[in-house]
Amino acid sequence: MNYHILNKDGLDGFIKKLSKKMKVYAPVSKGHGNFAFEEVSSGAQVALKYIPTILPPKKYLMPQREKMLEFDVTGERPVDTAMLEAEEIALFGVHTCDLAGIQCLNMVFSERPRDYNYLLRKEKLFIIGLECNTYCDEHASCALVGNQLPNGGYDLFFTDLGECFIIHVNTQKGEDLLEDMGLPKAFPADMAELTRVREDKKAIFKNEIGVEPKKLPEIFEKAMNSKVWEELGKRCLSCGNCTNVCPTCYCFDMADTVNLDLKTGARSRTWDSCQFSTFAAVAGGEDFRPDRSERQRHRFSRKFKFPLDKFYRFFCTGCGRCTRTCMAKINLKDTLKALAAEQR
Amino acid sequence: MKEEIKNSNWKLRKGRIIDAKQMTSAEKWFDIKLEDGGLDHEPGQFVQVELFGIGEAPISICSSPTKRGSFELTVRAAGRLTRAMHALGKGDWLGIRGPFGKPFPVKLMTGNDLLFVAGGLGIAPLRSLINYVMDNRREFGKVDILLGCKTPEDMLFGDEIKKWQKRLDVNFSCTVDRSAPEWKGNVGLITSLIPGVTMNPERTFSVVVGPPIMYKFVIAELLKKNIPERQIILSLERHMKCGMGKCGHCQIDHPKNYYCCKDGPTFTYEEVKAARKL
Ligand SMILES: Cc1cc2nc3c(=O)[nH]c(=O)nc-3n(C[C@H](O)[C@H](O)[C@H](O)COP(=O)(O)OP(=O)(O)OC[C@H]3O[C@@H](n4cnc5c(N)ncnc54)[C@H](O)[C@@H]3O)c2cc1C
Ligand code: SF4
Ligand code: SF4
Ligand code: FES
Repeated sequence: MNYHILNKDGLDGFIKKLSKKMKVYAPVSKGHGNFAFEEVSSGAQVALKYIPTILPPKKYLMPQREKMLEFDVTGERPVDTAMLEAEEIALFGVHTCDLAGIQCLNMVFSERPRDYNYLLRKEKLFIIGLECNTYCDEHASCALVGNQLPNGGYDLFFTDLGECFIIHVNTQKGEDLLEDMGLPKAFPADMAELTRVREDKKAIFKNEIGVEPKKLPEIFEKAMNSKVWEELGKRCLSCGNCTNVCPTCYCFDMADTVNLDLKTGARSRTWDSCQFSTFAAVAGGEDFRPDRSERQRHRFSRKFKFPLDKFYRFFCTGCGRCTRTCMAKINLKDTLKALAAEQR
Repeated sequence: MKEEIKNSNWKLRKGRIIDAKQMTSAEKWFDIKLEDGGLDHEPGQFVQVELFGIGEAPISICSSPTKRGSFELTVRAAGRLTRAMHALGKGDWLGIRGPFGKPFPVKLMTGNDLLFVAGGLGIAPLRSLINYVMDNRREFGKVDILLGCKTPEDMLFGDEIKKWQKRLDVNFSCTVDRSAPEWKGNVGLITSLIPGVTMNPERTFSVVVGPPIMYKFVIAELLKKNIPERQIILSLERHMKCGMGKCGHCQIDHPKNYYCCKDGPTFTYEEVKAARKL
């Protein structure tokens, strides 16, 4: 196990040095209790205490709009080039829930046929995690899905020990960076302090809905015709905010755009949402999920049921973003509790 | 920074239309040759067709793999892309991705009797299998083809159907929902043709392709005939944007989390009977 120490007053220097090597993105306060990952060049800009950012880091792996192909139909025969527009970046201060979110997306896009746009972008990403020593707010449910503690998915991982950060080094890339910056190794006393922080967390982070996570797939199995969905369907506005902000939602649309010359253009991928009314409508006039209740059930099933069969994990990281953003006040924790209660 | 991705699964193969024909007011047929070799598909698969600047849509391959050198598509003008396709003709280029999807289980069908049930445009995907069976007729038992159309004018592949009608090794029946004065055949829904087919259900594979509304009724008739659920094969339609099991559009409301593009579009009834809609 390899741990280094960074004194808190050294953070500014750390970010400055890092930003000379590559662009650095970190949580920044946007006022009204909102935060967003944005480019930073000094430690002072970084919000170390932040609740999950409005958009998760998926925006760096799967941008809202991403060019996949450029084409040119000037000649007799069309020409297209598959391309990647991305640069080496560092993400600083990624919470454990968002690290888990990236791990989910990694699984999806590395399944064959592979999506090289995603995979190459991921290779260009240097990820620095940041531990939450206490809950962000009441909407988080990270302990339910086991994401209150780090489970890999980073190059470096920072834990606040009061005066300093202890940094877990997970990759050679991370080790090289710290050596380059001349950060000292941790002492046994620092390690003991880290153990104490984690011990304290056990008392703080508890299963937030009081339902065994193991029971959830079974609950969803039986919830196909639940009244809960009808109730959500009546309230939901189909705005798609919940899926936009979700770190594990990856459904997309593809669209062509043509330049003014009408000869060249691009094929781009944009975020889409299973909450939109047109999402499952086909040309013959058939819509396979016309009701909002069905679409809500689908969204929840894609977090708590389907991915368990395929990827052996929940595709909910417990970040709480969907609940925070929903204009109809649809609450993830309450929904899970209601589903469980129905079957008691 | 911009770099080229050489092995991208989004890159398009270039296909050239070598022949095209307006079939009905709504449907047009295309014969397409890829510049970089054969498509190498199996009956029941589909391609994503790209018109540069307009977009992409999934279209079933309607020719049999036994036909080499080029492949065929039948396209109904349904919206933006498909209407634009109707404006294309001989010599025009298309972008092609694929073939995608799970084909019909041809190997399992070998040595068995076959009952094809096609509704409307459903004849297009089925034709890839029917023509394959015709070209390998010896490998299969009795073959029945049932075709249903709205009116006689909507019938696709008329010339070919005349040939099937004449063949002694195939039983062909056809029905229309609404008759026309010159029509001498059956009038009524396609389900009305099924009771008349004699079959040994244990060794019959029934392949059904048509609009969603058709499935429920046709399957009920086939089950009445005691065809085992796993010998009823369907090809389902869903909205598709990638064909690679990623974009999420084609996911079927089924406990098994099927993606129509990867796990389908062909399924056995046994596999998908728990789906909320076929
Ligand atoms: C596996 C499969 C095989 C198919 N085979 C054929 C075929 O052989 N011949 C044929 O004519 N059609 C076929 N279709 C249907 C065809 O894909 C749609 O008609 C086409 O996508 C409509 O695109 P558009 O741009 O013309 O319409 P749009 O302008 O995009 O939309 C018109 C309507 O089509 C719906 N639609 C849009 N995209 C899709 C989509 N990807 N899939 C389904 N509906 C969509 C829209 O919701 C809207 O209701 C097939 C579909 C699937 C899934
Ligand atoms: S954010 Fe709320 S209102 Fe909007 S689609 Fe999601 S559940 Fe419905
Ligand atoms: S479902 Fe909600 S709480 Fe779970 S990961 Fe997505 S946004 Fe976060
Ligand atoms: S078409 Fe994209 S997941 Fe099937």
